[in-house]
Amino acid sequence: MTVISAQNLNLTFQTNDGPVHALSDVGLEIGKGDFVSFIGPSGCGKTTFLRCVAALETPTSGTLTVNGLSPDEARKSRAYGYVFQHAGLYPWRTIGANIRLPLEIMGYAKSDMAGRVEKVLKLVDLEGFENKYPWQLSGGMQQRASIARALAFDADLLLMDEPFGALDEIVRDHLNEQLLKLWDQTGKTIAFVTHSIPEAVYLSTKIVVMSPRPGRITDVIESDLPRERPLDIRETPEFLALAHRVREGLRAGHSYE
Amino acid sequence: MRSIFPVISVLLVIVGLWWVAVAPMNVRPALDMAERSGAEVIPEGPVARRDVSVWRLMLDNSDYVAVGYALDRPRLPTPTQVGQELWKTTGAMVMKGRAWSKRSLIYHGWITLQSTLWGFLLGTSLGIIGAVAIVYSRTAQLSLLPWAIISQTIPIVAIAPMIIVLSSQVGVEGRGLPKAIISAYLCYFPVLVGMVKGLKAPETSQLDLLKTYDATGVQSFLKLRLPASLPFLFTSLKVGIAAALVGTIVGELPTGAISGLGARILIGDQFGTPLAIWSALFTAAVLAGLLVTLIDLIQRLSLRRMGGQA
Repeated sequence: MTVISAQNLNLTFQTNDGPVHALSDVGLEIGKGDFVSFIGPSGCGKTTFLRCVAALETPTSGTLTVNGLSPDEARKSRAYGYVFQHAGLYPWRTIGANIRLPLEIMGYAKSDMAGRVEKVLKLVDLEGFENKYPWQLSGGMQQRASIARALAFDADLLLMDEPFGALDEIVRDHLNEQLLKLWDQTGKTIAFVTHSIPEAVYLSTKIVVMSPRPGRITDVIESDLPRERPLDIRETPEFLALAHRVREGLRAGHSYE
Repeated sequence: MRSIFPVISVLLVIVGLWWVAVAPMNVRPALDMAERSGAEVIPEGPVARRDVSVWRLMLDNSDYVAVGYALDRPRLPTPTQVGQELWKTTGAMVMKGRAWSKRSLIYHGWITLQSTLWGFLLGTSLGIIGAVAIVYSRTAQLSLLPWAIISQTIPIVAIAPMIIVLSSQVGVEGRGLPKAIISAYLCYFPVLVGMVKGLKAPETSQLDLLKTYDATGVQSFLKLRLPASLPFLFTSLKVGIAAALVGTIVGELPTGAISGLGARILIGDQFGTPLAIWSALFTAAVLAGLLVTLIDLIQRLSLRRMGGQA
């Protein structure tokens, strides 16, 4: 079943320096339960594509559907949870209250909230931190809390925009492992924007390689790695071959500059 | 409590400088008085002394410099004189059970405080409403903000009498309301500017997040913009309440008011009683200090409830 479907998608921003082609002729299908990574240099349109899916940007032309609906309808039906690069937790709310934020806005029953908060805190391994304030948590923990916030309501689609980009390598490895486990447990569809080749290869079932000016897709790589992925899978020849292909794709996108 | 020591040290330095300054400031009236009571002063006669510097006078007549510290109508009263006058018009009045007498600064302070609080309430409400309008409507931003800035370039002393005259024309009795309006005029501006900044404080990604939840405008105002603006609000409230007090006192100055600290300052000036001016001034300063401290306290309590680190 297709969750996200894009055909001939174009998006041009009008700026003072003339038009910027953020997305050019982008076509892509993302199926239910996929873990799709978008990788490419700055300005390749990976974040813009995610924002189009979330109806935070409107494409200039082409068709884009989310769960068979237009992105705006999908947003209104609360089809997805969005995780930003910065955790963006409200400093005046405890972790628990931050996770309750979408539930309050969407009008969930009060009696339902406590159970949901507990469930998602367990999913991201933050039990016992419900009554802490964000500043009492490390950067990695804050980002996990923001993932929990996106999981608190029943969206089957998780859009993640470089969620681990600001974290150090060790924390990042740990969170990648946790994210895979979480994906396995929840069966959600995940679209994940990243700068990091190992991260993209380690996490994904499908890797979308993009390049800038104009922002476009240069390669779509289906990963044949098993779903069960210990961290040391990154030393295997299969993993390295995939990483090599991603790197080639990125290089090709840059060749005629 | 540790922060009290720097404050006390600065206060001591100021009082010390003040005390030293009394000598040159009062040397002329002191010598005039000494001369009248038969002392020999160099040079003789106030007219001759007019062209001599105060330093020369102090050097030549060092015996009589001390007279300047006990004048009835000093150019610059000593800290002790001001302290005594303050006590006479506040604490001593309370002890005699006459706190609400027209000679008591507690009475005048209360009159000023009332107008200040009404003006503060009015100004703060206007400031907050204006800020919300500016943040949510581009038209309001383009039309309101320039006028708000222009309003602060007009000297308040010029506007105050007009407000008094106009409000009596429309049948407003007493000076309470016009004084509150003048006070609000000064106090709304810092609140407006602070709240505009505060309501715009949330980052784009925080607003985007609410959009992904399909939050309504009211929801994003109540759950994001308003709480994010509170630290800014409290900072402006502290500036605002001090401005409101200044506004009230200015409103009492040129308008022939007979009660209130501003009126005391004016009367002290007209009747040549500097002690009355100085004690009214100090009462106003203490009042301002108390009001700002009170808001600071409310700020600490509410920000702590909102998970503040401090």
